[in-house]
Amino acid sequence: MSRNKDSLQNTIIVSLLLCLVCSVLVSSAAVILKDRQTANKLLERNTNVLAAAGLLKGGESPSDIDALFTEFKVRLVDVSTGHYLTEDAMAAEGITLDTYDQRRAAKDPKLNILVPGKEDIAVIKRQAKYAAVYILEREGKIESIVLPVHGYGLWSTLYGFLAVEGDGNTVSGLTFYEHAETPGLGGEVDNPKWKAQWPGKHMLDAQGDLALSVVKAKTKVLDDNTVDGLSGATLTTRGIDNLVKFWLGDRGFGSYLANVREGEM
Amino acid sequence: MADDAKMKDVLLGPIASNNPIALQILGVCSALAVTTNMNTAVVMSLALTIVTAFSNFFISMIRNHLPNSIRIIAQMIVIASLVILVDQLLQAFAYGISKSLSVFVGLIITNCIVMGRAEAFAMKNPPIPSFVDGIGNGLGYSAVLLIVGFFRELLGSGSLFGVPIIPLVENGGWYQANGLMLLPPSAFFLIGLLIWALRSWKKDQVETPEFKITHQTNPQEAV
Repeated sequence: MSRNKDSLQNTIIVSLLLCLVCSVLVSSAAVILKDRQTANKLLERNTNVLAAAGLLKGGESPSDIDALFTEFKVRLVDVSTGHYLTEDAMAAEGITLDTYDQRRAAKDPKLNILVPGKEDIAVIKRQAKYAAVYILEREGKIESIVLPVHGYGLWSTLYGFLAVEGDGNTVSGLTFYEHAETPGLGGEVDNPKWKAQWPGKHMLDAQGDLALSVVKAKTKVLDDNTVDGLSGATLTTRGIDNLVKFWLGDRGFGSYLANVREGEM
Repeated sequence: MADDAKMKDVLLGPIASNNPIALQILGVCSALAVTTNMNTAVVMSLALTIVTAFSNFFISMIRNHLPNSIRIIAQMIVIASLVILVDQLLQAFAYGISKSLSVFVGLIITNCIVMGRAEAFAMKNPPIPSFVDGIGNGLGYSAVLLIVGFFRELLGSGSLFGVPIIPLVENGGWYQANGLMLLPPSAFFLIGLLIWALRSWKKDQVETPEFKITHQTNPQEAV
């Protein structure tokens, strides 16, 4: 070779060329595949919403899921007031319905609020000011509302959806789509048998107080408001109990659901 | 051609006689993390094989132009670009699996097997043999991953590729799933057993002990 490959000149040229080629490769891949990736993320979210609402029987193709999901309307709820966000309010905050990402908003100082330590039973530290809810309306009546919930279990934050019937009181399902609990113990939150306990339970007791909770069936008789915990997973169970209480309480969807029950929404 | 025999050795050698995990004990971290079920194990194996093969290929292509002083960082750039490419493709075409592999696809960048082959083989050999060497080492890694994944999924969840094989107690069967198999330590046990089996079969892989306990030459009475 005519040039010395270890010369300073050659070192700079080789590294520049290498970086250039690699960065073009990586960025073009990212740009070309972006549409597919966002479509995948959306499909996954829609699948989880449908699963929580109990509308999936298994084996649906992506187009089936899209078709089922078209019946749902996405609305943003201001958790402090329990009312839907108007178009103007969304524009003022610089968010749009299609692009709003609640999990990202929970980390954005402009869009989140600090949860005071005492009230933070779900250990989430900060929550988004606005929550995206998914509403299924048929013949002018709300049939199902799917609420995003999350909270800390034993090892991880569990992310999921809680589906409520149009009366704002009856639960129609709870599914978690992301968690890292112990497989076989806390991981049993994914077990269809355990999940089957949720539909039909009521959030409020006879006095109208929030009473939905996860308990040990051994020590307590299960009633209309209680779900049996997972054996061998006390801390995961406690986490779910807390996150359900948090998200159905005043800091979560409490006021929104109260509005739903009064028929205001 | 004599080259054919050499090529075959380059391709098949790393599977049993020079396995990157079992003999060189490299890349164990990801082998623990992604083997809880067969689906992730297969995808991870494919991803690593492709990355190793192509990074070997490209690094070998530019090996005569790479200045010695920056060769490691240059190898890292090639490897990292390929890994990002694979990660992007997985996110676009196999979203579910890319989620369960989470950070471990990205961590192929730091997988010692990829770096090791680039430095030890691709820097000294022409592109085609380097590519074959990458495939071979990828296969060696895959072999271990698939064996470990097979046992972990079968004993831990009673299924293979998500299809139930053994009826579990929870679903009215007879098999009580072994939860340990789903936790990382079980992969240590399985890889250990695998290495033991491999070294009993191929005795030349047994390392010479660094120390030997000799007989006590100076007997002393017990006090």
